[in-house]
Amino acid sequence: MFYREAGDFKTSYQEDNQTFPIKFDRYRYYAVLFVAFAVIPFMINDYWVNAIFLPFLIYSIAAIGLNILVGYTGQVSLGTGGFMAVGAYAVYKLMTAFPEVSILIHVVLAGGITAIVGMLFGLPSLRIKGFYLAVATLAAQFFLVWLFNRVPWFYNYSASGQISAPERTVAGIPVTGANTEAWAPYLVCLVFVTLSALIARNLTRGAVGRRWMAIRDMDIAAEIIGVNPLTAKLTAFGVSSFFVGIAGALFFAVYLGAVEVGEAFGINKSFLVLFMIIIGGLGSIFGSFAGAAFLVLLPVFLKNVLVGTLGWPTDLAAHLEFMIVGGLIITFLIAEPHGLAQLWRVAKEKLRLWPFPY
Amino acid sequence: MKKTLITAAVAGMVAAAPAFADLTFSALSYRTGPYAANGIPFADGYQDYFTLLNERDGGIGGEKINLVECETGYNTEKGVECYESTKGEGALVYQPLSTGITYQLIPKATADGIPVHSMGYGRTSAKNGEVFRNIFNYPANYWDGASVAVKYLLGENGGSLAGKKIALVYHNSAYGKEPIRTLEEAAKKHGFELSLLPVDHPGQEQKSQWLQIRRDRPDYVLMWGWGVMNQVAIQEAVNIRFNMENFIGIWWSGSENDVLPAGDGANGYKALTFHNVGDDFPVFDDIQKYVVDSGKAAGAGDQIGTALYNRGLYAAMLAAEAAKTAQGIHGVSAITPAQMRDGMEALEITEAKMASLGLPGFGPSFNVSCQNHGGDGMVAVAQWDASAKSWGLITGFEQSDQDILNPLIEEDSAAFAAENGITPGCN
Repeated sequence: MFYREAGDFKTSYQEDNQTFPIKFDRYRYYAVLFVAFAVIPFMINDYWVNAIFLPFLIYSIAAIGLNILVGYTGQVSLGTGGFMAVGAYAVYKLMTAFPEVSILIHVVLAGGITAIVGMLFGLPSLRIKGFYLAVATLAAQFFLVWLFNRVPWFYNYSASGQISAPERTVAGIPVTGANTEAWAPYLVCLVFVTLSALIARNLTRGAVGRRWMAIRDMDIAAEIIGVNPLTAKLTAFGVSSFFVGIAGALFFAVYLGAVEVGEAFGINKSFLVLFMIIIGGLGSIFGSFAGAAFLVLLPVFLKNVLVGTLGWPTDLAAHLEFMIVGGLIITFLIAEPHGLAQLWRVAKEKLRLWPFPY
Repeated sequence: MKKTLITAAVAGMVAAAPAFADLTFSALSYRTGPYAANGIPFADGYQDYFTLLNERDGGIGGEKINLVECETGYNTEKGVECYESTKGEGALVYQPLSTGITYQLIPKATADGIPVHSMGYGRTSAKNGEVFRNIFNYPANYWDGASVAVKYLLGENGGSLAGKKIALVYHNSAYGKEPIRTLEEAAKKHGFELSLLPVDHPGQEQKSQWLQIRRDRPDYVLMWGWGVMNQVAIQEAVNIRFNMENFIGIWWSGSENDVLPAGDGANGYKALTFHNVGDDFPVFDDIQKYVVDSGKAAGAGDQIGTALYNRGLYAAMLAAEAAKTAQGIHGVSAITPAQMRDGMEALEITEAKMASLGLPGFGPSFNVSCQNHGGDGMVAVAQWDASAKSWGLITGFEQSDQDILNPLIEEDSAAFAAENGITPGCN
């Protein structure tokens, strides 16, 4: 009934190749965009922005970035936390060195700097594969965190080693610092998420993405049919780190406002983002969103139900939260090893035939 | 999937709609994670004191207290979530017990007009109330701690530390880095040699640091540790047979949990403190009667009288006294966070007041003013007796070296004011 293709005629190649070829899907996508841009900004308060939307949107960007590397190119990386730190410290240095330049440009530049660093750490991927590469990127994680803790230049010689984001405005409206209206940082992050998802989606549909997937599926075969592993792997590292860097920059400047590198960008962050894409679905843009939603929203939701509604002690609730989230992860991965994205795909297949399956 | 999750979250949140009570205090506590061993006693003490006030006095000034606890796990992201959720319930004051979260809350709480009391932690230069209008860190801060530690060592060495070697073992975070500046100044002034040994979160791995101590043989070791790092450091010090008499921790490295695992080896370990230790105060009889016996004790109820429980109790007492002061100033019993701020700024703690609360001699007496949000920096040294399993004060409350600290506070707060466009002033 839903997702019906019958009667949905395409009269040009362009129409045939669009991201959402099924009409219902396309309208759903427009509806989500409309709600996100035109409805939510009028309804949210500080709690919704800072506890739910900002982390969800920012982790989505990070997950999209990592998904390009792990899901599309098959290069396992445990350095996400370190690359996010590069984005955060880059945007901090840029913000404080050039206060007159727009924060939006700084965030994109921070992404660019992270892309360069990511490509540098991606060089070993030409020689080593699989788990060994994971260990090499792990070295990047520890090295980068150590670097930002060790060299005072990165945190402008502040006594505590913390970096804190000064107030910066977009068109006169503050988006970083303490005096922000709830909707402003939300919209900034939403714009970045939308653009990131669009760019990532179109890259993966095009020639570049096909090269990445060829490398993922079998690198030797890919090389034989003419894919250059050097450029394919390094572009994957570069594009992936670009998005991760943007996520790190927003995470620091817009969301937290003050960070300590060891606490905010430690190895846990790398694992968290990796779990997001594994649970969401490797090699799927929707999966990045689903995974981020699952790991960001579920703990908040559980906390509000267990402590707020049921009135349980906070420590009991916190421990139970771990158990429930862990249990759900295992259940999901047993029920559907390809993640939430695959569940969604299966649901869509079913909905095409519903209510008259054969 | 995304939509169903959001809908579900909406449902959960609506059901958890805040109920505005009379006086709301927030407890951003951590009873889980690598710092739980230290977070639990503090949270219990904080909660029990407010329970006592509710049970015995019917709240503060006739208004019942509603304590909202929120688990942060010492994690800044969760801290933000906790701040936003309890802000909605009208929390009067924040005491996050985490330097990282405090740094985060300083601009946020200032913009929202809610006071933050970072008692013995957080940003030291918040002592300058002309710049940090909403942030308080009385009665003592890290720089006071560092300064008094040096002063104590001066006393031990007949007034001169020239040529001595002092090592600082610190948690490699904003918290642990705080005393470095003061110690560097003190090293210049008193001519001792300072070496810095950072320990990364969470601090279970310190072999290399203590190997270095064994090699360098510093005369004294100071420690800025928290959570599991303390226990490991003390155990490592025992392992290399470092003389415990020469090992001094900050007040966050001086709880029972930190020394008990090392057993008899920890005997003689010293720690700074800005309040008294033990449960030999009349208020503990009331806690037994009104809180424990009626089954309302927080947590497992097994922490009463420990160093960090007392600190939580002290923090709650100072908050309650500030609320009373605020009620007196504004003539209303249901105060707002802005009025609470005024109460904190006009807070006076005298010996008579503490005695009337059942806490005679529990802490130093001090006055808070707009210029001074940090008290007088009175700090004492406590020592661990492993056979009696108890802490005992070995010095009185001494004042820190204001000649070193005041210029540093002035400099750091001026930098903050310049960065954030704040004009220092009292109105």
